[in-house]
Amino acid sequence: MGLLDRLAAGEVPALARLATYVENGHPLGTEAIERLYPQTGQALVIGITGPPGAGKSTLINGLIDEWRSRHIRVAVIAVDPTSPLSGGATLGDRIRIRERADDTGVFIRSMASRGRRGGLAPATASMIHLLDAAGFDRILVETVGVGQEEIDITSLTHLTVLLQIPGSGDGVQALKAGLLEMADIFVVNKADLPGAELLARELSGIAALTSSLQPAGDAGAKVIRVSATKGDGIDKLVDEIERIGSRVQASPGKHADRIARAELTALVTERVRRRILEQTASDSGIDQVVADVAERRTTPRRAAEQVLGSLSR
Amino acid sequence: MLADASPSSTQQRTDPIRVLIAKPGLDGHDRGAKVLVRALRDAGFEVVYTGLFQTPEMIANAALQEDVDVIGLSILSGAHMALFPRIMEELKGRGIEALVIAGGTIPDEDIETVRGLGVSGIFGPGTPFQTIIDFIRANAPAREDEL
Repeated sequence: MGLLDRLAAGEVPALARLATYVENGHPLGTEAIERLYPQTGQALVIGITGPPGAGKSTLINGLIDEWRSRHIRVAVIAVDPTSPLSGGATLGDRIRIRERADDTGVFIRSMASRGRRGGLAPATASMIHLLDAAGFDRILVETVGVGQEEIDITSLTHLTVLLQIPGSGDGVQALKAGLLEMADIFVVNKADLPGAELLARELSGIAALTSSLQPAGDAGAKVIRVSATKGDGIDKLVDEIERIGSRVQASPGKHADRIARAELTALVTERVRRRILEQTASDSGIDQVVADVAERRTTPRRAAEQVLGSLSR
Repeated sequence: MLADASPSSTQQRTDPIRVLIAKPGLDGHDRGAKVLVRALRDAGFEVVYTGLFQTPEMIANAALQEDVDVIGLSILSGAHMALFPRIMEELKGRGIEALVIAGGTIPDEDIETVRGLGVSGIFGPGTPFQTIIDFIRANAPAREDEL
């Protein structure tokens, strides 16, 4: 039996092998997504992001328990950074996520970022489609540990949960633009630590300000205090995710359109980028242009125009 | 051991080799495992680390979901003769065909038995990282599937 039939029969090894082909951009993976895509769009996709050490994996471990107690099937994509030096990666998210060997309602897959910046891997969108087609109700996407600006996750998901921990900056940090404006739910993790109360107040402040910039009817992000290791507050977080999820289901077209647009834009941009890189790699004239810029005979901007002009021919 | 590379190695692969490094049983010593994770990462492999105190079922589950090419078992507790047969059984039961290697403190007199279980490479204390890296490159299995 082929992989797709085995996937339809619920065979985990087939799902895992397809995930490998999808991740590698292998022709079998591309073809699989071509065939599976029409039946996707069922799962609620949730981004989990935050700085390194905020407790993203530990929180996911708690979320899995809560959803499984509600008989909801959960898949996790956990992204960790690829070394720019060696191309290798340490994928360590499973350390914090308990193995549930006897539960086929949970599937966890680690992905290395493989050169992409922005907290995700090149094939994350396709991996979401695969897990969606495999019938998981909720798909959690854990980004690499991020800073202030890695907002790519928000364009692939129905909603994004941003973790923050006490003691990582003063109120001015909360005034800054970027990821903080994009979150649908703020989680103050390690809420038993000193400073959690203050952080929660500051985040509530941003949520209120951000929502005033949004179209009417958007209540703004909720702030939920959690201790992921103890399990405190996880049920409240799942309730809030489900509340937003039912809002998503009420107007599915709006989100499907937003996500499709983002994925399409990313794919087209990547294709164009690769095409330009391939063309310029075989163009010996580039070395002369580079030398002209390096030796200040021309400016970077003028050289770029020159390179682009030569490509369009 | 290095010379007799399997036929699969003749095919040049461009995708990163994925490795699971696991600490089976009640063994709290993972310095060696962590250093190996780092060395394999620096060799360009993608390395999933399970953390401590993994049961055979947990290791097999992680290997299955991650679809790794290689499973590395690090054990310093002396319980390898109890744990390895159970791990190999769990892997087999799930149809996992990954290359299995082991490191740590495995006495010489146990090596033949462990190899007989299907553990292809056994690397004791003092093994240069390059030996392990070369062994993995030469013996990571090739995949053949159809949709």
